[in-house]
This record gives sequence, structure tokens and C-alpha cells, in this order.
Amino acid sequence: MSPVLAAAAPQANPGLPAQLLVILLAAALTDNILLTRFLGMCSFLAISRQMKTSVGLGVAVVFVTTCTAALNYLIHVFITVRLGIEYLEYILFIVVIAAFVQLVEMIVERFLPPLYFALGIFLPLITVNCAILGVSLFMITKEGYGFWQSTVFGLGSGLGWLLAIVLMAGIRSRIREDKIPEGLRGAGITLVITGIIALAFVGFSGMLTF
Amino acid sequence: MAFRDSVGGRAFLANLWRENPVFRQVLGICSTLAVTNLLKNTLLMCAGLVFTTALSSVTVSALREHTPRQVRMMVQVLIIAAYVILVGIAMKAYFPEVHKVIGPYVGLIITNCIIMGRCEAFATKNSPWPSCLDGLGAGLGYSLILIVIAVVRETLGFGTLFGVPLPAADRWWHQWTIMVMPPGAFFMLALVAWFGNATVRSREGGKT
Repeated sequence: MSPVLAAAAPQANPGLPAQLLVILLAAALTDNILLTRFLGMCSFLAISRQMKTSVGLGVAVVFVTTCTAALNYLIHVFITVRLGIEYLEYILFIVVIAAFVQLVEMIVERFLPPLYFALGIFLPLITVNCAILGVSLFMITKEGYGFWQSTVFGLGSGLGWLLAIVLMAGIRSRIREDKIPEGLRGAGITLVITGIIALAFVGFSGMLTF
Repeated sequence: MAFRDSVGGRAFLANLWRENPVFRQVLGICSTLAVTNLLKNTLLMCAGLVFTTALSSVTVSALREHTPRQVRMMVQVLIIAAYVILVGIAMKAYFPEVHKVIGPYVGLIITNCIIMGRCEAFATKNSPWPSCLDGLGAGLGYSLILIVIAVVRETLGFGTLFGVPLPAADRWWHQWTIMVMPPGAFFMLALVAWFGNATVRSREGGKT
């Protein structure tokens, strides 16, 4: 049986919808891609200064991770594994992501100009957000993930990233006027806060197994 | 001409500390945090990154006359990805157990902004030899921070160094589990960034 069918067949008792829900929650909360896997830190540190841009970038990331996780899963199963060229996956994945971001940019510019201007530079920047490539690379290391599981894993990871950056933007707007030691301003204090948020998230780890 | 006065030499030294990619430019944070709970993993990751920065800078610089400006990003990504694949294959062959743990992060060297940043900022404007030194400096500057963080995290978190237990660790040492978990990484990097920024700034202040 092909891996797609094997994983999609309702063999486990909870059934596919329940399993997908668990994957979604686990990827977004207990296994948060930013707070426990450290992916997407660069844009997180740079962008989380303002709430509005954080939300814009976060939504774009959710959309792109979901779609590229699905696409890269299909590439993994039907092209690289079948031909035995797994070592080329890095290149294929990054090309898919770059091409997809380009495509999304063109579509948004053509049909939704207001959103295009609101997102501005962040849309192309997504290509180099390591969370996107990271989702694709972690996804293929998971055992028994089928097409839907992978897509939902992408969606959940994206939502987790959105949640983290919105949380951080809210906190940073509150501490803007505070007295922070000179050397700790900017990235330093953001890392400390991230650590504290991560403590809360790590507390939940192990509650959901998938 | 002395080493420190040549173009490449100056870039090399600046990248090591004064313009350190991790705490001065805040680039390449993801892997800094992810692979630093065991010193062995860290060293292998650093070796892979130094290899990739140095060689991709050389390649980008050698091809800079032949790359059209519009597609240069794509070309750079492909060059970097090619070297990362080499690193991945080598690591899988010689250190399979390490590859199992940090495998995805090796792939993520492709999107490590340090490499892309050095290619874009330096290698597209300079000849191959200075570019090589520049990339090497950035890679070593990154490695320096990673090793410092890894030494602290592994000793405090596991009570070991390079997998070897500290002398009589079981009698007096209580492990700080928090240090090997994600929050410990964030706190350590914040401390290192604080220290680095404070030193660099005070030295600059003394000069002017």
C-alpha cells in the first residue's frame, strides 16, 4: 500500500478527524515551532515590535506553511522517495517555497491590492523564514504522517508561530517605555521574554502525544 | 601588507567579535538555540556552518560577474543548498546518531541568514579570497558564541562535558534540567548578547 493510503486508512480507533485535531493542537501549543523548536527567530525578533505588522506576517506565514507542507509532502512521497533522490530534498523544498511565495505575491497583488500593500515587504521575506522550511523538514521525519496529517501539521505550526509573535508584540508594546539595561535592549530583552513564555509552553509538553 | 590591514583580513577580524553575527547583527539565531544542549552536536553544527559560509562566499564571489542581478537571490540559495547537501551527506555517513538528532537543523543551514547575509553584503562586491576570509570569520564568530553557550548548558544541564561526567558529579551536582530545555537556551543567549553588547559598546565609547 502506498504511504498515503496507509496513513489515511482509519486503522486507529480515534479516527482521522480526532487525530487531526490532536496534531493541530500539539503543533500549535505543546510543540510550538518557535518556542520549543526555535524556528523563525530572525523575523520574530525583527518584526515583533509592532502589533499590526506582526499579525500581517503571522497570517501570511500560516497560509504559506500550510500550502507548502502539503506540496512538499507530495514531492517527498511521489518524487524523491520513489526515485531514491532524498538528498535533493533540501533544494527541491526551498525552490517550491520560493516559487510558492512568488505565486502568492502575484495573486495577492492582482486580486487583493489592499492586503498586498498592508503586507508589503513581509511577503517576500517569508521565503527566508526558517519556520517554513523547518515545517517541511520536520514533517518528513515523522512516522506515519499521511497527506492530511502533514497539511494539518503545517497549519498548526503556522498558527503556533502566529500566536507567539502576537503575544510578543503585545508585550513589547507595553515595555517600550521601561528602563532596560543598555546592552539588553532590543534582541536581549526579547529573548528573555521569549524564554519566560517558553517556560509556560514547555509546562504543557507531553500532555498531547501524536 | 599585514593581515589585519588587507580587505579580507579586516572583514575576518570584524566578524569574529566587533560585528559578530549572533549578538551584534542578531542573525542565525534558530540553530544557535536548537543545537547547543550538547557540545558534540554543537561542534559538528559549527563545522558544517563554517564550511558552508566560507565556500558559498567563494562561489558567489567567483560567479558575481556572471550572475544577473534579478536572479541573484535564487542563485545564492541554490549554491548554499548544494553545499548544505554535502554537509548533510557527510554527517549522515560519519555521525549517524548526531544526524538523527540535529538532521532537520542541518537542512536549515540553507535559511540561516548569516550565510545569505555575508553573500549579499560582501561576496557580491569582492573577489574570492577576501570573501572566503569574510565567510570564515562570520562562521567562526558564530561558532565562538555557540561553543560558549553549549559549554554552559551542557555542564549545568547534564553535569557532563563532551558526554564525560564532571568529576564525582553524582555526589554534589544537581542537574539544572531547565538549561537543556528551550527556555534555558533563550536565557543563555540573552545573557551572552548582553555581555557582548556591553563590552563592544564600552570599547567603542572609550575610543571616541
